[in-house]
Amino acid sequence: MAAKPKLYYFDGRGRMESIRWLLAAAGVEFEEEFFETREQYEKLQKDGRLLFGQVPLVEIDGMALTQTRAILSYLAAKYNLYGKDLKERVRIDMYTDGTLDLMTMIMGGVFKPLAEKEETLASVVKSAKTRYFPVFEKILKDHGEDFLVGNKFSWADIQLLEAILMVEELDASVLSDFPLLKAFKTRISNIPTIKKFLQPGSQRKPPPDSHYVALVRKILQF
Amino acid sequence: MAEKPKLHYFNGRGRMESIRWLLAAAGVEVRRGTLLYEQVPMVETDRMNLVETRAILRYIAAKYDLYGRNLKQQAWIDMYVEGLKDLSDMIMFFPLSLPEEKEMNLEHILARATTRFFPVYEKALRDHGQDFLVGNRLSWADIQLLEVILMAEECKPSVLEFMARISHIPTINKFLQLGSQRKPPLDEESIETVKNIFKFERGMFLKNMSTIVAEY
Repeated sequence: MAAKPKLYYFDGRGRMESIRWLLAAAGVEFEEEFFETREQYEKLQKDGRLLFGQVPLVEIDGMALTQTRAILSYLAAKYNLYGKDLKERVRIDMYTDGTLDLMTMIMGGVFKPLAEKEETLASVVKSAKTRYFPVFEKILKDHGEDFLVGNKFSWADIQLLEAILMVEELDASVLSDFPLLKAFKTRISNIPTIKKFLQPGSQRKPPPDSHYVALVRKILQF
Repeated sequence: MAEKPKLHYFNGRGRMESIRWLLAAAGVEVRRGTLLYEQVPMVETDRMNLVETRAILRYIAAKYDLYGRNLKQQAWIDMYVEGLKDLSDMIMFFPLSLPEEKEMNLEHILARATTRFFPVYEKALRDHGQDFLVGNRLSWADIQLLEVILMAEECKPSVLEFMARISHIPTINKFLQLGSQRKPPLDEESIETVKNIFKFERGMFLKNMSTIVAEY
């Protein structure tokens, strides 16, 4: 039987969270190793398993995969969440590049000094309301289907849900002008694998707090 | 006969350059579009309007068989390409540095290039001894690496053996010759154009590395 994928990261969301979402939604069990000390991280670098000296790292199918988007693409394809052909795939790529950018802004925002952090997070909410969410609302409206691409559940749906929930943590009313996204959120949240992931006790990580920020700064030394 | 893809961007490198490189290496001719749409780069091809640089690049790579022969090779290509993006973004936005930061930024770029990025590709090539990064044939990874090597060399000239080897590929040679579609580095005039279109301020460099927040 194939070994479970193994994730190496901090005990928090960061760049690994989208990977956790994708694996969970695909119903794939995975193991995690968390960095608590600088030494652990340095050991991984010295072992040569980090191609560019960076994490996330996912060990799967005999490979040490790094670079978040490379990992996500691989998993999406492997677990049949990447559309049925190249044209569907490029649409999924367009949508996920957008939502990942949005989430990366939030991720980066928490490491900034307080005033800048608040400004960044406010700007993310604004971006979500004016640039990203209208696009997805329109996509759903135009085709009237349950999922973003090809009338079938894909990586694009998983990541949009993840992004919606993350922005709602900053502003609970963010979906007030987007009825189809509200329905989408409910619908996708009820998919059994995702429903399970959203329950307490799953491998989903909580929003970053000052403890997480301090831990990452200590280990990555910045 | 298939219609030529149409590229919408301003007349400079920016995020469209990697797309021009990939299409050129694949031997695909392009048409020039105008700055009509809210998001650039935008490429019209196969009856679609594609945005998001990575999505466009992946589509072209897959379509023109520059994305490996199987999923594992694809994963390696993705890793190599993603690794280069940080470096190429730094170089791309270097001309927009504040004057007092230019030297520091340049040092940072060169340090990163020579200690973190280029050694990885050197090692990959040395380990398998083949001419190309993945699967013993030309792929998007090789093209992207060549582009970034040349960009880095424009920052500081030096000779690298890998560049000499890959430049023997006919379509890439054609692109490198005078009169090709390749754009020059960002000069003062282009900087003004970019600033006006995207409402950038100088000093954006290194501040918002993953996503440039620009309005226009």
